[in-house]
Amino acid sequence: MTGFTFVEKVPARAAGVESARAGEVLIVRPDLVFSHDNTAAIAKIFAEIGVARVFDPDRIAVTLDHAAPAPTTAHAQNHIEIRAFVREQGISHFFEIGRGICHQVISEEALILPGEVIFGSDSHTTHFGWMGAFGMGVGRTEMAALWATGSLWIRVPETLRVLLHGRLRRGVTAKDIALRLCADLTVSGGAYRAVEFAGNGMESLPLDDRPVLPNMMAEFGAMSAYMPPDQVVFDALEGRRTRPYTPIYPDADARYDQTHTIDLDALEPLIALPGSPDTVVPLSRIAGTPIQQGFIGTCTGGRYDDLAAAAAVVRGQTLRARLIVIPASRDVLARAAASGVLGDLIAAGAAIGTPGCGACMGNHMGVPAVGEASIISGSRNFHGRMGTPDAPIYLANAAVVAAAAVAGAIVPVESIEAVRS
Amino acid sequence: MITTHRVWVYGDDVNTDLIFPGKYTYTLRDPAAIAAHALEDLDPTFAANAHPGDAIIAGRSWGMGSSREQAVTALKTLGVRLIVAESFGGLYFRNCINQGIYAAVVPGLYKRVTTGDVIEYDADSATITAAGETFALPSLPDQVRAILEAGGLLALLKRR
Ligand code: SF4
Repeated sequence: MTGFTFVEKVPARAAGVESARAGEVLIVRPDLVFSHDNTAAIAKIFAEIGVARVFDPDRIAVTLDHAAPAPTTAHAQNHIEIRAFVREQGISHFFEIGRGICHQVISEEALILPGEVIFGSDSHTTHFGWMGAFGMGVGRTEMAALWATGSLWIRVPETLRVLLHGRLRRGVTAKDIALRLCADLTVSGGAYRAVEFAGNGMESLPLDDRPVLPNMMAEFGAMSAYMPPDQVVFDALEGRRTRPYTPIYPDADARYDQTHTIDLDALEPLIALPGSPDTVVPLSRIAGTPIQQGFIGTCTGGRYDDLAAAAAVVRGQTLRARLIVIPASRDVLARAAASGVLGDLIAAGAAIGTPGCGACMGNHMGVPAVGEASIISGSRNFHGRMGTPDAPIYLANAAVVAAAAVAGAIVPVESIEAVRS
Repeated sequence: MITTHRVWVYGDDVNTDLIFPGKYTYTLRDPAAIAAHALEDLDPTFAANAHPGDAIIAGRSWGMGSSREQAVTALKTLGVRLIVAESFGGLYFRNCINQGIYAAVVPGLYKRVTTGDVIEYDADSATITAAGETFALPSLPDQVRAILEAGGLLALLKRR
């Protein structure tokens, strides 16, 4: 008998069976479910179902992050309804505005652990693959059903294995790996499938870089993503976790739908052109493109290493374009403040926002004007994403975003460093 | 039972921001208000001209991107009952089923039709006939069929 992939093991265990093959339908009981600013809308659906209490208030998390602090009265009304629902149901894990983005906060709080199952009413729930958990995004109706019943149907997906070989060069990050993958296999490359990362290239990825890969598998169309957890992951969870866990690994003889290899040594900084994360070019190809706004933030590119990389670029420089920096969480902000990274960003003229999603989805805190070009460390560059379809959005790693803010145009990071020396 | 459906045909990679813009997600809750913005950045004629019973036929990755269910609600409210694509965003596909819209992957269909054509859907034989050609629809697991037959996940839960 051939072995099992990660997604043939973990959701099955959460469904009360040892393993299941791709294509089987399982009724899964997750370890944690979460929602964010969409909680009030879900609560309305929950009320319609006619169940008075949620299945388990200790297995539900709610963050206020997407439009936080509230930019309009309507958004504030939405928040107040969410707070009332959280109180009424006694939901244990509630995170107020400013604590940060759901995926980052739940990771930092170690509310989910390797080998566990998490469902979120957010497409980037694939994020939790960084620690070897099964994370899947669900819709609002599904989240209401989860609150009511504690379970949900899934079809066990086929798995695409991505082998990472070698080591990233300086200035190249996991963001560039994710863009390479989208470019190689298109944004539907992961459709209906799970993605498993493997290969010796993963070990050299710093902790802050790891979530970028599973996170951006949402752009790749994948249902879930997985990275085999190692000591770097175990150390990050130690001291925060409140229960034991067992990491789960795929079998060596598991059957994969497809295997795709990326050679990390050969990667260079990449840019996704406005419209789609799979329209990717080497930075050199579009050097000189004018930029009005840089944005460093989001669940993809707003962690400490992103801020530190940006600070290293802008230190001692003046900015020709606006630079908005919104840390993914309060922990990230506090660490940047303590290390001097925040001071460097402020001194260069960056505008710092409250930890949360910020400008990512066009709600507030950095919406571009018609015709203005943005370059962001986030993951979504769809037309209209930041508020208007007529504002082009380029995707890049954080250092490249910072360099563009310094130059007022897309430029190689080395060109900024050269000016300084 | 055979039903006929007028079709709207769209291409590849129509993401949820194009189907329902993100800027409205936390302020609009009324289905009619949500529906008024359906596809507004892609096809501004759609919301005003869609009729109950219409179908959408699309290329690859229809509904990729955000988990926002309004991208399904908007179309459902306008009466769309059937969405056929080369492939779907996984969440979008689930959202369709859970709202009782029949979503199906049928390779090749979208190249045969243009907006305004009428297709025939035969639920019993699980086929679609368009431009004189018949396409087989993929079979569904029982749990999924039960949700569709109840008119969506919510309807199924209420009934229980
Ligand atoms: S930062 Fe952007 S992509 Fe991440 S959860 Fe928030 S809105 Fe979604």
